[in-house]
Amino acid sequence: MRDRTKPLPAPTLPGTRAPIRRRTRVGTILVLALGLFLASCSAPQSAMDPAGPYAQGPHDLIVPVFVIALVVFILVQGLIIFAVVKFRRRPDDDGSLPAQVHGNTRLEIFWTVIPALILAGIAVPTVQGIFSTMNEPDGEYLTVEVVGHRWWWEFYYPDFDIYTANELVIPVDTPVRLEMTAADPGRDPARGVIHSFWIPRLAGKQDVVPGQQTYLNIQASEADRYLGMCAEYCGLSHVNMRIRAESLEQGDFDAWVDNQMSPAVTPTDGLAAQGAELFGVEHNTDIGARSCAACHQVWNGDGARVPGVGPDLTHFASREEFAAGLFDVDDEEQLREWLRDPPAMKPMQPENGVGMPNLNLTEEEIDALVAYLLALE
Amino acid sequence: MSQSTPTTSRRSVFSRPRAEKGFTSWITTTDHKRIGIMYFFTVLVFFTLGGAESGVIRAQLAQAEMDLVTAEIYNQVFTMHGLTMVFLVVMPFGAAFFNYLIPLQIGARDVAFPRLNAFSYWMYLFGGIFLYSSFLLGGAPNGAWTGYAPLALDGVSNMAFYAIGLQLLGVSSLSAAVNFIVTILNMRAPGLTFMRMPMFIWMSLVTNFLLLFAMPIIAVALFMLQFDTVFGAQFFNPATGGDPILWQHLFWLFGHPEVYIMILPAMGIVSEILPVFSRKPLFGYAAVAFAGAAIGFIGFGVWAHHMFTSAIGPVARSAFALSTMFIAVPTGIKIFNWVFTMWGGKLRFTTPMLFSIGFVSMFTIGGLSGVTHAVVPHNAQQHDTYYVVAHFHYVLFGGALFALIAGVYYWFPKVTGRLMSEKLGRVHFWTWLLGFNLTFGPMHMSGLLGQPRRTAVLPAELGGTVELYNLLSSLGVVVLAVSALVFLFNLIASIRAGAASGPDPWDARTIEWLSESPPKHYNFAEIPVVSHRDEFWHRKYAEDAAGQPVAVPAGGSEDHVTAEAAAHGEGDHDGHHIHMPDPSYWPLVMCLGFFPVAYGLLGPTPWLIGLGVVWVIIGFFGWIIEPVAEGDDDDPIVEDPAAPRSGVAAH
Amino acid sequence: MTAGVHETTLGLDHRKLGMWVFLGSEFLFFGAFVSAYILYLDTTAGGPGVEIFDIPFTSISSFVLLMSSLTMVLAHNAHTRRDMRRMRMWILATAGQGAVFLGGQIFEFTVFYKEGLNLTQSPFASGFFVLTGFHGLHVFVGILLLLSLYSLTLTGKVKPDQDLKTEMIGLYWHFVDIIWVIIFTVVYLIPDLLMEA
Repeated sequence: MRDRTKPLPAPTLPGTRAPIRRRTRVGTILVLALGLFLASCSAPQSAMDPAGPYAQGPHDLIVPVFVIALVVFILVQGLIIFAVVKFRRRPDDDGSLPAQVHGNTRLEIFWTVIPALILAGIAVPTVQGIFSTMNEPDGEYLTVEVVGHRWWWEFYYPDFDIYTANELVIPVDTPVRLEMTAADPGRDPARGVIHSFWIPRLAGKQDVVPGQQTYLNIQASEADRYLGMCAEYCGLSHVNMRIRAESLEQGDFDAWVDNQMSPAVTPTDGLAAQGAELFGVEHNTDIGARSCAACHQVWNGDGARVPGVGPDLTHFASREEFAAGLFDVDDEEQLREWLRDPPAMKPMQPENGVGMPNLNLTEEEIDALVAYLLALE
Repeated sequence: MSQSTPTTSRRSVFSRPRAEKGFTSWITTTDHKRIGIMYFFTVLVFFTLGGAESGVIRAQLAQAEMDLVTAEIYNQVFTMHGLTMVFLVVMPFGAAFFNYLIPLQIGARDVAFPRLNAFSYWMYLFGGIFLYSSFLLGGAPNGAWTGYAPLALDGVSNMAFYAIGLQLLGVSSLSAAVNFIVTILNMRAPGLTFMRMPMFIWMSLVTNFLLLFAMPIIAVALFMLQFDTVFGAQFFNPATGGDPILWQHLFWLFGHPEVYIMILPAMGIVSEILPVFSRKPLFGYAAVAFAGAAIGFIGFGVWAHHMFTSAIGPVARSAFALSTMFIAVPTGIKIFNWVFTMWGGKLRFTTPMLFSIGFVSMFTIGGLSGVTHAVVPHNAQQHDTYYVVAHFHYVLFGGALFALIAGVYYWFPKVTGRLMSEKLGRVHFWTWLLGFNLTFGPMHMSGLLGQPRRTAVLPAELGGTVELYNLLSSLGVVVLAVSALVFLFNLIASIRAGAASGPDPWDARTIEWLSESPPKHYNFAEIPVVSHRDEFWHRKYAEDAAGQPVAVPAGGSEDHVTAEAAAHGEGDHDGHHIHMPDPSYWPLVMCLGFFPVAYGLLGPTPWLIGLGVVWVIIGFFGWIIEPVAEGDDDDPIVEDPAAPRSGVAAH
Repeated sequence: MTAGVHETTLGLDHRKLGMWVFLGSEFLFFGAFVSAYILYLDTTAGGPGVEIFDIPFTSISSFVLLMSSLTMVLAHNAHTRRDMRRMRMWILATAGQGAVFLGGQIFEFTVFYKEGLNLTQSPFASGFFVLTGFHGLHVFVGILLLLSLYSLTLTGKVKPDQDLKTEMIGLYWHFVDIIWVIIFTVVYLIPDLLMEA
């Protein structure tokens, strides 16, 4: 058990940001040591590798607490080991009893008051931190509406009237306030379940509750792709409900917004046109149960954008991954496989009204749909 | 069991069963010791099942993207693992000790309500069987042990078994709690004041009060869940304005005291064992007792710290952060007092002592990670990750289970009159410690590196480091499995052919060792009169002129009754005049009626419910109509309202 | 049941202490239901709300239930005086008043149901029916206990010197009444106050 204080071997990754501001020298050394230890086990979705202020704040708060905990750990385990070694019964024990000590009031007061003081010291910045992470960001910020579905994420940018899914594109260095709820099907809370939005490098998690609105602030300090996952158990495919945040420089972001705001172009000839016909895009939603458009919106400029039961596919090919971060859009074979039998690729419960059913498409239909989908840049 | 009184009355269905050996004697027993033993072996069975489930979990997560089991099966398995370990292993393991030890440690002959005690056991067993029968009846619950609405309302979650099964187990816990509270408050031996009670009794008392006040809350939550799923009520349905967070509040208002329900008996056990093997009294007895009571009390005011990332506002988050930090103080007090119990002693490293020290050490780790959870802004990073999984396993496995196993080794001679093998015990301890830390230590790291809990596969995208930690965890389970087999072997071999222990193998301090090992049916031929804390020790040792404690020669002290003398006392003391509660069929009969009720509620199937209710009522009437004892036709206690209550003042 | 140790530490019979302890637990049971009910007071999903209650009607049935506590006391008192004939009479009176209360509740439920308030209507409706329903169930169990006591005194199983048994059932009965006072206040009398708070 005592070996736990030693770091386990792990790859060292660059890009450590150990918080070393405003601390005493001893504190600095301890923090550095711990920071090094934690950085030495970095991972793509690490909660200990903050990449924005809403992750950095809690991180700066917890590192000293880890240090305190480490000190207490060493102290208590040291006391135990010392007692075990020092006061073990010796082989030459005469059988007499040790002094029958019943207690010591001063000691009791000491180990009541000292921990209480330490905890009070932790409590103050904790409460400050609660308010500063939850309050509305100061100044300008971007609002994105988030809806957690079984088992994918819907994002709506009210400022631009854009719907996307699973990949949250945000401008770098700009606070983003997520207004979140959960619903199924569509925006109906009736069968929604609780999810939790969590991109560890950008912020801690916040549960997403059907019938209620919760908020989460995130902000990315650099252009990067951040991994996240649903963090509240939400049934069968809980693990397959990944989130991606793509932070772009402001110019790139504006270009992305422009593209997303434009309607999808319906191909007029070739395989892709057949795919568009199959998809049912020009008929909106009334082509029958097998129409893709019955569940997935591809906005071609007619009428208003309305969210479908499934992810919006208007600019499907502009994303990197599909099925909530499970498969690459680039990988045509995966897309085909998906269309052949979605529940085989990702556990879903279409019979229970959640997830995509197997549509029993023919290979020709699949070819056409793939061509169409990949044309939705 | 008044075998000396031949019965003259005719036998009827209402006559009390008379078997003293064999199967019938066990299913009709009202002897707290036998019921305790039945609890223990039932716990072993469920522990094996829960352990097998953890094996499935760790096998699936040993490497990234494995598909040994489907997501559906995985979700059922992790849900049942949690339910099993909490409700069918740790809680009833504590109850096994309550049953066996409370009467012995307070100098009583049985619990206050022996038949109710049997009833509690059967409800526990049947609740467990009911829950596990779900595997054969369309799938086990898969909505996690926390049963969060609205997911739990969805038919595919199979949570009807959860709602009804936990209700049965709740009835068991509640009736046991009433029983033990009355037993402790009302059946203490003369002179056994509160501040002389063994620490295990203190912790049992607090635990049972927690059960008493926490079980009705989960009962309400489960009724709401069940009315929602079965009868279409709207408590948690967001579509009509139902609040899913209400479930969380109710669940954790029960769930946090539940944590202390699981850990306090363990703390009591350790507080008994450490002094014995340090050859010193418990350091800071009053502080440990009051810290336990404080933990129990504050434990009702910290529930929302399980909901820091839920839909609650910053004020609530702050308030619960403060109360959560506050509760760390009494926990710390206990840890320091245990360490200082060892301080200056002469430590004997027997297996129970090793497990107790292991408890203090491992529980400290769990306590410290618990404090880090209270740092709310960062809790949002820890919540629902493997960091939390690591934390509560350090508390419940490194904590509760280590201490409960220590208790098994320690009181094994009391129950069987034999010793368990120390050699195998040591092997068990060190492999257990290694396996435990190998399994749960790395989870701290993988959690902080972003691994969420309750995932049916380990996502490869979490990276190689996380994968490595998961592999280590899975290897740890293998070590634990081997270690558990060593324990099981040791247990069975020692029951069959362990070395005779004698009445007082550990030089113990408390009065359960005053009785024979194993104790006679009636526990004590003569109820001991208590004049000290650690009464048994004071009967063996006195202070010499220099204040140095020395052994009192046998019979040297006036009130010194050796266990042998107690067992083979002359004349009257053969126990035949002692009127003990008779066995009864009715607790079992009544409990069986809950099966049709429970299965009927699943559908619901009204005729099945009706059948069950009638059955239970018949059982209840059998219970109240049967003669209080074989040969008696009625209650021997006669209250004379005219006479003032005398001779029964509180001691 | 408690053979062996006749003297108890607190000077209370185990069964009486056990009943008190159990009732402590019951308080939390109803406390949780009452809390949920208060939470959902105005969550009516467009259906009927608190205005549906007929306060005069329920006041009368509440009065009957409260009076049954009085007859319960008289029954216990008669039992302590070994006056089994009177005791049985008061027990029947108590059970009868309980039955009147239950009848009133069933009538009330039927009326509400016809007016569009049913269990599946809204969280408010669920809260109301389940809270008052569980109380009704407790009254029903109480009536069963009283009738059992009545018949067991006839068969001689409960003896004139065993007034503790009557006292225990009385404790339970008074508890059920006290809970009703709380429920009646919260549900019928002061919902407006609670909604403002």
